[in-house]
Amino acid sequence: MDARTTPSDPLFRDDDTQEMLAASRAMAARQLRNERISAIIRYALLTAVGFVMLYPLIWLIGASLKTNSEIFANPGFIPDSPTFDGYVKGWQTSTPYTFAHFFWNTFLIIFPKTLGTAISCTAVAYGFARFDFPGKKILFASLIATLLLPNVVTRIPQYLLFRDLGWLDSFMPLWVPSALAGDAFFVFMLVQFLRAIPRDMEEAARVDGANSFQTLLFIVVPMLAPALISVCLFQFMWTMNDFLGPLIYISSVDKYPVSLALKLSIDTTEAFEWNRILAMSVLALAPALIVFFLAQKYFIEGISTGGVKG
Amino acid sequence: MARLQLRNLEKVYGNQFKAVHGINLDVEEGEFMVLVGPSGCAKSTTLRMIAGLETISGGEVRIGDRVVNDLAPGKRGIAMVFQNYALYPHMKVRSNLSFGLRIQNMPKAEREAATQEVARILEIEELLDRLPKQLSGGQAQRVALGRALIKKPEVFLFDEPLSNLDAKLRASMRVRIIDLHRRLKQEGKPATVVYVTHDQTEAMTMGDRICVMKEGRIMQVADPKALYNRPANLFVAGFIGSPEMNLMQGRLEDVSDPVFRIDGQAVALGRELGARLTLGSASDATVGVRPQHFEVVRGDTDSGLNGRISHVEFMGHEVYLHVDLGGVRVVAVVGAAEYEALDRSSGQLRLRPNAASIHVFDTASGENISLSRLAA
Ligand SMILES: Nc1ncnc2c1ncn2[C@@H]1O[C@H](COP(=O)(O)OP(=O)(O)OP(=O)(O)O)[C@@H](O)[C@H]1O
Ligand SMILES: [Mg+2]
Repeated sequence: MDARTTPSDPLFRDDDTQEMLAASRAMAARQLRNERISAIIRYALLTAVGFVMLYPLIWLIGASLKTNSEIFANPGFIPDSPTFDGYVKGWQTSTPYTFAHFFWNTFLIIFPKTLGTAISCTAVAYGFARFDFPGKKILFASLIATLLLPNVVTRIPQYLLFRDLGWLDSFMPLWVPSALAGDAFFVFMLVQFLRAIPRDMEEAARVDGANSFQTLLFIVVPMLAPALISVCLFQFMWTMNDFLGPLIYISSVDKYPVSLALKLSIDTTEAFEWNRILAMSVLALAPALIVFFLAQKYFIEGISTGGVKG
Repeated sequence: MARLQLRNLEKVYGNQFKAVHGINLDVEEGEFMVLVGPSGCAKSTTLRMIAGLETISGGEVRIGDRVVNDLAPGKRGIAMVFQNYALYPHMKVRSNLSFGLRIQNMPKAEREAATQEVARILEIEELLDRLPKQLSGGQAQRVALGRALIKKPEVFLFDEPLSNLDAKLRASMRVRIIDLHRRLKQEGKPATVVYVTHDQTEAMTMGDRICVMKEGRIMQVADPKALYNRPANLFVAGFIGSPEMNLMQGRLEDVSDPVFRIDGQAVALGRELGARLTLGSASDATVGVRPQHFEVVRGDTDSGLNGRISHVEFMGHEVYLHVDLGGVRVVAVVGAAEYEALDRSSGQLRLRPNAASIHVFDTASGENISLSRLAA
């Protein structure tokens, strides 16, 4: 501290210094109070917005535990007498199959699709990010172009193609294109991620005797892991929620995935058993939510860093 | 355990930039060759062509008696240490070291033994179960060194391996690498080394021979002593030595008993120097004198250059005098005691270059024209 500001300094009268000290203390206190108030406002606001966002979900869970008549009678989301009736009856469905069957169908689509996406997109992205080959620029440009193409445009040609292949009413149209790196978005995302990773490690691996495939497998994939987890999560959630795809290609009830099965219970029941529908909706949401929360850490890492830490 | 030969090696990058202009270099078996030069002179490019990480646009790389131009890096019998270590971030030190052996399908027990052996030599045994991000720079560099060593390659390639370390660590790593090289030689497993650096201290202290490069061409290849005492051209003369050699442009007259004229002053260089000049007649020349080879003499001594002290740097045991010779600035190094004894009242002094250590360069071509009889 500068010696001149000490109270004993004859140049400064004692009360002067005291006054200054008091003033600065008051200012600090005011600042602290302001900060606290703004923090309270901030949190209140965030909580309110968060609540509004989550309200439908909370309501959904509450309503799934109500009886069918209470859903419309009681506007609050806490049921008077919670019952699992909706879950038990809803699980049975009005078809010969239980919901377990539909979950299994969804799994049969999601599993090859996610796995295939991870493998094929990694391979394609590795090629684009690390190798020079004739026509690379044009190929990459067309990849980006497909990214910008609206989905609807390709629906009909795709349908005709799959019909000619005899793939209608099977799971193939739902996962095969993705498993062949058909999702340009994921390829693009991985290419960007790879570009941010220095090549030194791969060069070291080549000097160590690894061929391109070994380098990919032992060096690139582990470094790419956060991005790959994001890709798998996105693919998982989007497929879980996909309604249009199955609606177009699947026609027999025994092949319905969960998303279609939910719709099924609305169609066939004359008097809608809303509590059953809501209960099954909760179950349909559960896998995505659980997976997301389990993998949240990697997921955020994957989409935000896009590179390696030092 | 093999010699390395570069024959008319060329590199043209994809953007048509010619980085390497047909260089020839022989590195003998067990030799420690240092590639040195300013930034951008294609040291890394050359090294990467030897390693196989960069395609070769022209010429040949031979390791032993094989032309390796078309071999994959892993098949060339080389190992490389990178500037920023390039350790595999997701692997423990142990796996980093043995990755190359794993790729060669070496049995696990042998691999483990080799890893222990290398870890012992480099004193990194306690680090084997750590991840690269848990290592300090020096430790990471030792692991990188170990990863090269474990493969028992024929040629070691280093690309500025110490430039990310602090000065002290750099000095100790330097010694460690030289020791290792010597030890391998004593054990009868001499390692051929190509070591890239832009640090001349590293080059001078480590190299058996040094290859000085400039803009994709080799300027001189020689052992450290010869490089210092017999620089082949202006570039090498200016690049090697610290503080830098003083290079003074002027005119050389009277070739047998040469007199050098510079900014209105003349200094006689002596018949001895005249005898080693490979020069027919008077011409423009650049005279090079190392700061250590200036002698401060009395004002009335014949043969000397008068100047004014512009600036003095104390370095402890010696003093750098920056002297203005009327247009040309030179640096002279004198001992601290000598400096104290100096009469500095006028700020003027007279410098006499030590004739035996003078170099004369053709100003136009930059060639050293005073080498013909200078003792090797
Ligand atoms: N991929 C590339 N494409 C085009 N030019 C390149 C490429 N890589 C390097 N160069 C050029 O080649 C020349 C030599 O580069 P190089 O990296 O070999 O230099 P260097 O001697 O290792 O320099 P430094 O000491 O800075 O590492 C430079 O002029 C550089 O700009
Ligand atoms: Mg370099």
